[in-house]
Amino acid sequence: MFENEMVLRMAAQSQNEAFARVAAAAFAAQLDPTLSEIQDIKTVVSEAVTNAIIHGYPEKAAGQTVILTVKLRGREVYIEIEDEGCGIADLAAARQPLFTSRPDLERSGMGFTVMETFMDSIQVSSERGKGTKVMMVKQLSARADECTGE
Amino acid sequence: MLIDIYEKNRNLIVRVIGEIDHHALENTRDKIDKAFGRSNAKNMIFDFNDVSFMDSSAIGMVIGRYRLVEEKGGKLAAARISGDLRRIFEISGLMKIIACYQDIEAAIDGMV
Repeated sequence: MFENEMVLRMAAQSQNEAFARVAAAAFAAQLDPTLSEIQDIKTVVSEAVTNAIIHGYPEKAAGQTVILTVKLRGREVYIEIEDEGCGIADLAAARQPLFTSRPDLERSGMGFTVMETFMDSIQVSSERGKGTKVMMVKQLSARADECTGE
Repeated sequence: MLIDIYEKNRNLIVRVIGEIDHHALENTRDKIDKAFGRSNAKNMIFDFNDVSFMDSSAIGMVIGRYRLVEEKGGKLAAARISGDLRRIFEISGLMKIIACYQDIEAAIDGMV
């Protein structure tokens, strides 16, 4: 059971990448993360939302959305980014560092590697023609006033 | 994201200000490439001092410019990458290919 959660559905437009990462960080802020932890959360959300926009919806059309969900439990931050786009053709390949299906867009192929490095765990589920869901968890460090054992 | 481009001793200094992400880069790549093409510069130095955020889009951008500069026989370097931002560079292995300096002067000296 999570103690708090929020869900944001936004248009799959690149100008929303900045909004999504700030929204996720703003919601997680109630747990008083360190500046580094905030940066980590912003970065992984930026990666996953960008992937949803660029790869999930290669052909732009009205009504395409990205759903950002953030749930909190204790010091744990659970982040989910979901799209209803084309799905990942080869998930194993996509997870490989430096692999990108869009070198023409100068994509570095480091998105998943960044998410894996900055979060404690990441799971990806995808279905061709249906969409992709990226689920990540980060355990934040304890706050100073929690060391009293209360 | 804003960019401030100037030339110094045949080096094109590209100072990036603000947040680097996929959206911000869409119009910026061309600006940098055109400026490089129009200049007398042989090398390119990115100054990341005023960058408040970057994701892996920045890596793609640097690699793209690296290829462009290499083709013309020049060198590319990065300068003033702060704490948190260093991690993205390190994860990508870019630091093994591109020299990173503490300041612009050191980067310019390193180009020789």
